[in-house]
Amino acid sequence: MFNQFLNSEEPVVRKENTAVGVSVQNVSKSFKTLTVLKDFSLNVEPGEIFVLMGPSGSGKSVLLRHIIGLETPDAGRVLINGKDALSEDVRDHVRMALVFQAGALFNSLSVYDNLALYLREHRLGNEKQIKDKVMQALCLLSLEGAAKKYPSELSGGMKKRVAIARALVMEPQLLLYDEPTSELDPVTAATIDEIIATLRDQYRVTTIVVSHDRDLALSIGDRVGILMDGNLIHVGKPDSLTNPTDKRVSDFLYPTVDLKNPRFKK
Amino acid sequence: MNSIRSVLEGVGSALILLVRSISHVGTLTRQKARFIEQCYLIGYTTLPIVGILSFFIGSVLALQSGYSMQDFGTQQFIGALVGLSMVRELGPMMVAILLAGRVGSAITAELASMKVNQEVDALVTMNIAPARILVMPRLVAVLFMMPVLTVIANLVGWFGGSIVCKYTGFISVDTQQYFQALRHVVKFKDVIDGIIKAEIFGFVVVLVCSSIGLSTRGGPREIGAAVTKAVVTSLVLILVLDYFVTKILLALLS
Repeated sequence: MFNQFLNSEEPVVRKENTAVGVSVQNVSKSFKTLTVLKDFSLNVEPGEIFVLMGPSGSGKSVLLRHIIGLETPDAGRVLINGKDALSEDVRDHVRMALVFQAGALFNSLSVYDNLALYLREHRLGNEKQIKDKVMQALCLLSLEGAAKKYPSELSGGMKKRVAIARALVMEPQLLLYDEPTSELDPVTAATIDEIIATLRDQYRVTTIVVSHDRDLALSIGDRVGILMDGNLIHVGKPDSLTNPTDKRVSDFLYPTVDLKNPRFKK
Repeated sequence: MNSIRSVLEGVGSALILLVRSISHVGTLTRQKARFIEQCYLIGYTTLPIVGILSFFIGSVLALQSGYSMQDFGTQQFIGALVGLSMVRELGPMMVAILLAGRVGSAITAELASMKVNQEVDALVTMNIAPARILVMPRLVAVLFMMPVLTVIANLVGWFGGSIVCKYTGFISVDTQQYFQALRHVVKFKDVIDGIIKAEIFGFVVVLVCSSIGLSTRGGPREIGAAVTKAVVTSLVLILVLDYFVTKILLALLS
């Protein structure tokens, strides 16, 4: 079923090639006394897969929330195709989707209705067209059997895939993933990696992935950034991470387990 | 200082939510299912408790006033007293209080849970305004349901009073005499005044509970705190508004 839709003439996501570029310019953000982003800048090219890694609490998810317009920066700005991410123009004319870490599925709606909500609310077709589109997205992620289930009945991996399917029916030009492979078994995580890469290859969706998953970054990222203490300390191709020169990067990506001198006792 | 700021923030966010909700009223015809569901939840499911409470409020009002009036031999006016009290004050007030406890708390819990689970954020990323699908149908539904609930509360309260008057030994006012006194005093204008108060109370309860729900941050403990805050704020507002709305309506009446 997966191949059937990937190879079909009719694309599941939009037909036109309109990937957008993202430019984060000198963004700073603090919550009360906690500074999360400090004069942060980043450019992501249209159609690129950019993987952002970093320790927990380093501000990765906050950055995604700025890009999609859920947070307002204290200083600096985020541009989507040269226009402010918070502007009405971007909100109304650029299709952006965020796959939340916990899925953020609508618990009172079935999986089918979770996917159909966007299409219905924006009147993007009649019920038959909506059904076709939703079922295509569900089939693409091998979820056709879960259409009538509610989020509470799904496993963690299925919730992630439903969240991706929900983002897909929006035909996004910019797709943001927040920890898409966390809490998943290695096979399911690899499947999610393949889906992210396939969607970009087939539809040139600009993709920003926030993750701790080194395998994901090295296997599907066009570029990888390492965020620490609110700043990017490394940006480069995945192969630049195989032998990093920066000790902070190597310590983060390839930590050693030292039982004689454990970190928590330092 | 912080508490004043927090109150002002609450008022501000409720007013912003109100403006946003009003701006989406045009989409109501596309949201028939949500509107009907909210009418069912606000109206139909609240009806039994409204009926039970109104019956006993009417009854106890008749009992207390009968007890006090027997010294003066004026029991024949109990119908007027119960009728006017229910229609102008107790009917709308009791319905609003029940609405805050039963429906308002549920609205806050649902919206706060959606906020904490990032479902509201997900709606925003889909360019679907939360005010449009989560708040506006509830506000319109409460405007439709409050008059119905209030009229039923009034009728059941009157009926409760008449039963007590008929079967309580020291009152002994028959049903015909009770309703004659009631009809003599209660005017259509009084009923309308009561419905206006109920509409204002119901609208404020739903708006406040929705606003507090959508402002919630944190986890399960904050959801519980938000529900408590919403119900307490609604009850205080109902009582404060009751005084001022009554004053305005009486001024208009005179």
